[in-house]
Amino acid sequence: MGRYVVRRLLQMIPVFIGSTFIIFMMMYALPGDPVRALGGERAPDEAQMNALRADLGLDEPILQQYWNYLTGLFQGDFGTQIASRREVIDVISEALPATIRLTLLAFVITAVVGIAMGLIAGLRAGGKTDAGILFFTLLLISVPVFVIGYLYQTYFGVKWGWISPTVRDSEDLGELFLPALALASLSLAYVARLTRTSIVENRRADYMRTARAKGLTKRRAVGVHLLRNSLIPVVTFLGVDIGNLMAGAVVTEGIFNIHGLGRAVFEALKSREGATVVGIVSFIILVYLVVALLVDLLYAVLDPRIRYA
Amino acid sequence: MRGSTRNRLTGAVAGVMAVALAVTACGGGDGSGGGGGGSFVRASWGDPQHPLEPANTNEVQGGKVLDMIFRGLKRYNPETGEAEDAMAESIETDDQRTFTVTIEDGWTFSDGTPVTAKSYVDAWNYGAHIDNAQIASYFFQFIEGYDEVHPVDEGAEATADTLSGLEVVDDHTFTVRLTEPFSLWPETLGYAAYAPLPQAFFDDHDAWLDKPIGNGPYKIDSYSRSQSMRLVRNDAYAGDDKAKNDGVELRVYTDNNTAYTDLQAGNLDLIDDVPASQLANIGNDLGDRYINQPAGIIQTVSFPLYDKDWKGEDGAKLRRGLSMAIDREEITSQIFHDTRTPAGDFTSPVLGEAGGYKEGLCGDACDYDPEGARELIEEAGGLPGGKVTLTSNVDTGSHRQWMDAVCNSINNALNDTGACTVNPVPTFADFRNRVTGHEMTGMFRTGWQMDYPLIQNFLQPLYYTDASSNDSGYSSEEFDRLIDEANAASEEDEAIEKFQQAEEVLAEDLPAIPLWYQNGTAGYSERLDGVKLNPFSVPVFTDITVD
Repeated sequence: MGRYVVRRLLQMIPVFIGSTFIIFMMMYALPGDPVRALGGERAPDEAQMNALRADLGLDEPILQQYWNYLTGLFQGDFGTQIASRREVIDVISEALPATIRLTLLAFVITAVVGIAMGLIAGLRAGGKTDAGILFFTLLLISVPVFVIGYLYQTYFGVKWGWISPTVRDSEDLGELFLPALALASLSLAYVARLTRTSIVENRRADYMRTARAKGLTKRRAVGVHLLRNSLIPVVTFLGVDIGNLMAGAVVTEGIFNIHGLGRAVFEALKSREGATVVGIVSFIILVYLVVALLVDLLYAVLDPRIRYA
Repeated sequence: MRGSTRNRLTGAVAGVMAVALAVTACGGGDGSGGGGGGSFVRASWGDPQHPLEPANTNEVQGGKVLDMIFRGLKRYNPETGEAEDAMAESIETDDQRTFTVTIEDGWTFSDGTPVTAKSYVDAWNYGAHIDNAQIASYFFQFIEGYDEVHPVDEGAEATADTLSGLEVVDDHTFTVRLTEPFSLWPETLGYAAYAPLPQAFFDDHDAWLDKPIGNGPYKIDSYSRSQSMRLVRNDAYAGDDKAKNDGVELRVYTDNNTAYTDLQAGNLDLIDDVPASQLANIGNDLGDRYINQPAGIIQTVSFPLYDKDWKGEDGAKLRRGLSMAIDREEITSQIFHDTRTPAGDFTSPVLGEAGGYKEGLCGDACDYDPEGARELIEEAGGLPGGKVTLTSNVDTGSHRQWMDAVCNSINNALNDTGACTVNPVPTFADFRNRVTGHEMTGMFRTGWQMDYPLIQNFLQPLYYTDASSNDSGYSSEEFDRLIDEANAASEEDEAIEKFQQAEEVLAEDLPAIPLWYQNGTAGYSERLDGVKLNPFSVPVFTDITVD
């Protein structure tokens, strides 16, 4: 187990270097010069632009720039923004808490509500409840997230005034609830459907009959045996989804005015702040990698037949 | 082993449930404002693009704050746009070139230190020097010695530390020598780049940036970047325009639709840029709490005069013809809901007639006349290659919509569906790169937001030979001569008349065609009174009262 984890951690290094390299090159390949754009309609003079470029190391060859970036990264230096002259690490650490809170809250909603709905639907497969849940999830999957977001905002926030329509303080989980719900809607529907299918399949498995035959209550048979065995595909999905929730919150963050990572990376892309984009995306890649490892380790917990050596 | 696994699992589930319960419990309540308190104005804001230094700010969001925390020598009257003395007691000159500036006694920065002549000279020297990489340092280019502290050639380095044209005489007096006569120069001094800076700025720059210190009607109470800024009234403010409220809370919104939602829900008091998508129903939502007035912004379409297709007699006819083919009235009312006004000259209505704005100076060229347009273009031998493109970035504003409308208008006038096509460029950075790299082959968007409400600012930086924003590559000896004469004129009236003559040269040559003047918009809540926008379409926060 320990050796497996170490091996996986070592594998992350080439993946991380490769992906930062690709993103770095892609940012470089984008047309437009961020330094020139600083002046708006009025171009700064050549001398000033050159001074800025030299200051930020933008005048060096691209491979040298990448090397500088990478070596800086290992010393904890994420680079400097071009327009605001701020440390990228500051930008990230400012946006990160809001994103983490939003992601976790959405994740909890996805997991709890999704699995619960899937379980209910699966146990009553073919019934009215099942049909109702199927229809509801179909609705969530087919409606784009921004429509859901604006609907929630308009009704819960403005018309009925139950909850603040925008997030002023991202530490207030109450305010984050609405955007988290909007963000979770799509994944929640997928989780519900995945769980349902899995439950329906496993309900008739031999081990379930054995469990019942040896006198376990239905509750225990379902809770301990059925659910645990059915959760493997769901856990895989949830693992991938945590990265999606994190990076894919751009739209939701915009609607509810949350100053998170998604928004930061979008703004940086627009103004071609290379270091910021690479920094944030690298961070998200790290999250993906770590979560993927955790998911693999979780398999062993869910299914004792799976062993890592 | 199995037992422990189960316990872990149930533990996790229980934890998840607990969080979920806590979340739903927090969900109720808190419908009202909060945060504001007292007579604070809660206003929408955008993240400033650059660090908040006076000479390093060239966009409206940073400018909004600088206007509140700084007061320079002059201030533009929020209603007339006229430059009035703020900290200046007098600015005197005999030859329109050497100015003696005397500042009023009794002004202090919010850290208690007095504002002296040195505060100005140090600030201007800082702003001009190339090593400080201030984005608006070109404001100091008129002062003697700018070339030495800020050489413009590639690879050149500064040969002096300070501007030779600035000299401190005593605590309240300093002299400024310009490189050449510029009669309206004192009128430019209301711009934020000319603000004085306290010693604290030079002693601990980083600390100052975290919480800027100024001499304006407000001081910064707290600032959390890309979130919000809280400003409170500066009770030691020595100027006349003292704040009529306790303070302002600026909240960063990344999407102004969201700000509008918050305004409707009563969470925000003031937004100063109404999103285009809300303009259609703003009358129902806000009634008379909606402001729509001219701002110092003109939108134009320029031509690549460096391209042979657009040169000479025929090129001029083509430009005139295209201008006449655009139905400005229709586009401004249909697409912009009258938040733009069809343009009839190259300046802006905010200058006022006395300031040089002249309605209809552009003449027939700016009137919609499809027949005339067709004839002129035919006379010139048709569009180059039978078609023309209109290029702009499309990542901001409603550029895509009006570009389509302009092209439609041209196509209808010429009875040719393929005459004008839109060439959208994804990002502003890319677009400006192509424009300054002289890569345009057809029409392209040019817009100008004034730095200060002077006719000079609408003409010289844009159309003077090799000027910093002369994107079309226009060069006219007559125009340059008239601008030089205007700058050297000793009387303001005379100067403005010369500027207008220069503008008539433009109307003849049409290196760019005026499209429309942009308005500033704002909406506010019932809590506020006395809301108005200044000529830069920034709310005049000091005059706002809160119920």
